[in-house]
Amino acid sequence: MEMLNIKINGRDYTVEKNTTILEACHKFGIKIPTLCYLKDINEIGACRMCLCEVKGARSLVAACVYPIDREGTEIFTNTPQIRENRKTTLELLLSNHDKKCLSCPRSDNCELQTLCLEYGVDEQKFVGAETHYDEDVSTLHLVRNNNKCILCRRCVAACNEQFVGVIGAINRGFDTAIGCAFDKPLGEVSCVSCGQCTVVCPTGALVEKDNTAEVFKAIADPTKHVVVHTAPSIRATLGECFGMPIGTNVTGKMVSALKLLGFDKVFDTNFGADLTIMEEGTEFIQRVQNGGVLPMITSCSPGWVKFCEHYYPDLIPHLSTCKSPQQMQGAMIKSYYAEKAGIDPKDIVVVSVMPCVAKKFEIKRDDQGRDGMQDNDISITTRELAKMIKTAGIQFTDLPDDQFDSLMGIGSGAGTIFGATGGVMEAALRTVADVLTGEDLKQIDYKEVRGTDGIKEATYEVAGMTVKVAVCSGLKNAAVVLDKVRAGEADYQFIEIMCCPGGCVNGGGQPIQPGHVRNFVDLKALRAKALYEDDLNLPYRKSHDNPEIKAIYDEYLGKPGSHLAHELLHTSYVARKKNFV
Amino acid sequence: MLKKISSLPFQGTPEQEAKLKEVIEKHKDDPGAVMPVLQEAQDIYGYLPIEVQQMIAEGLNVPVDEVYGVATFYSQFALSPKGKYNISVCLGTACYVKGSGNVLNKLTEELGIDAEECTADGLFSLTACRCIGACGLAPVMTVNDDVYGRLTIDEIPGIIKKYKGA
Repeated sequence: MEMLNIKINGRDYTVEKNTTILEACHKFGIKIPTLCYLKDINEIGACRMCLCEVKGARSLVAACVYPIDREGTEIFTNTPQIRENRKTTLELLLSNHDKKCLSCPRSDNCELQTLCLEYGVDEQKFVGAETHYDEDVSTLHLVRNNNKCILCRRCVAACNEQFVGVIGAINRGFDTAIGCAFDKPLGEVSCVSCGQCTVVCPTGALVEKDNTAEVFKAIADPTKHVVVHTAPSIRATLGECFGMPIGTNVTGKMVSALKLLGFDKVFDTNFGADLTIMEEGTEFIQRVQNGGVLPMITSCSPGWVKFCEHYYPDLIPHLSTCKSPQQMQGAMIKSYYAEKAGIDPKDIVVVSVMPCVAKKFEIKRDDQGRDGMQDNDISITTRELAKMIKTAGIQFTDLPDDQFDSLMGIGSGAGTIFGATGGVMEAALRTVADVLTGEDLKQIDYKEVRGTDGIKEATYEVAGMTVKVAVCSGLKNAAVVLDKVRAGEADYQFIEIMCCPGGCVNGGGQPIQPGHVRNFVDLKALRAKALYEDDLNLPYRKSHDNPEIKAIYDEYLGKPGSHLAHELLHTSYVARKKNFV
Repeated sequence: MLKKISSLPFQGTPEQEAKLKEVIEKHKDDPGAVMPVLQEAQDIYGYLPIEVQQMIAEGLNVPVDEVYGVATFYSQFALSPKGKYNISVCLGTACYVKGSGNVLNKLTEELGIDAEECTADGLFSLTACRCIGACGLAPVMTVNDDVYGRLTIDEIPGIIKKYKGA
């Protein structure tokens, strides 16, 4: 490895050859502003915010893509010329931006706004023609407002990275906009609703559909019994919205906040995750023993399910028929809980808090719900919950810890790790191994399927049977494995697929970290760590050990895979068209 | 100028489709195949309707949005068919200062279509073009290979009528 001696702002440093100026500066604690740069997926040097001076170069250079390749390179990151240049770039961006910060959902968490403040821009410096775009509200999960778009193409990169690629730059020059082919609204193309575009957008051009008003309205309605449940990964990320370090487990404070918000019951979707394992594990064993379609592929991730329906409809028979934990939880609240509590399910409003915007789509899917009722009525993201907590004036960081309500408030460690890639597989293996051996196995850490790699493979001996598994997260990685399955070249029995890279901890509904954090911190790993720690510390670590799970089968569902379980907890899928729907 | 997407029904023939498939096959493994395939597709169909762009995306295994992005970026690509008579109004500097903008407006009014569109009967299409090098005749328009110079807007209805009858 060749090392070079360089100078940055007159000080001496040593860097590895071909390190970019941006990376080198980050290493030495010098922050360079960026807007378009996303490590590995959008290194296009387009926004010109990171311009720096290299002595001897003809013009300023883009730090994000400029490799340091000469001994003695002298770099300046903070001269009057550079500051003036960046300021002008921002003012030019603002010349065609709606500048409605006060009502913007990303105000206070907008990379453009932050830089404008730092550089002291004059937002009226360049006044001229402005393009006007209608908001695209055609989907259930997000809103595109191109009046706030700065054409950084981070969303395009994220969409392509997901192998979906339904958005891109169209037209030219002043008319350039990010949109779908033939100017179709997002709702008419094969978008899978993953929301990865919303977490990488530096401004308010892409935001989730805000359903918080409906939740507040339900809570205020005395005739409604409002039940909330929170997905495994929310506890590992919600704290970020209140300035807590990435990877802080805030389960107790989150439950306190939900009770203060006025929900009548606060349940844990970890319970729904455990229920999923009971059903999915049973389905897997049955498929293996009865010559069913293998490999079986998990169906917890609605973005992945929609991707399968659009792009791999021939593989639908591989999808587990199990509903997702969100849907199972909702279905049980409106049946088992309603019966126990003596409440008419029609008076119950189920609110799910999810790391995901595709969940907004999932709650309205066909073949979910019963008697014309949805399993879940409203699905909100981690970000929307944080917004509600702030609106209600709750001082989140000062809250004491509270506990989930009983009946569906206990989740096992197996349930909690659903939030990270590999978690569902590990949870399923813990239960399948015990069921097949009839023992209470002590070796329950399946470490080969942990970690943030996009594709993981492992082979386990389970009760004398060899089980080959694959775990993928991010649809680009899923496509690699699916192509193998399609070609008949895969010898897996069980595959876990999560739509978002790293799984739900990095879901499209999770707190938005700015580019300068995303580029240099492994969000997926830090957030997942909180879940694996939670797993270790919980009293039950296997789904079938969860006493509330035992109770629901004893008292209500009978056995996993029973007729009633099928009616309430399983679903079906439809082949959808690619490109235009 | 923003491109107009044709609303006319797609009328591709099996022969055209076979030719397009050959073109796709030829370029399939080339990096950056979208642009040459679009060029040849336009030669085959005369323009680039949705159906053709979808076939190209499918054939080259790229997102259709990428194909559309290229098609809308380069001015040589047309999303709307050309009519039997393509009327091109020069909006180069000399013609523009001599009032070719008004000529274009008059044509829009007379034909009931915007620039970059084609009439439903397929007879006329309208294009706004850059300098055609006949500045001495400004303002200028062409109808296929016929050139009309020193135009006034009053002459427009007569010229259109001539081709309608032809």
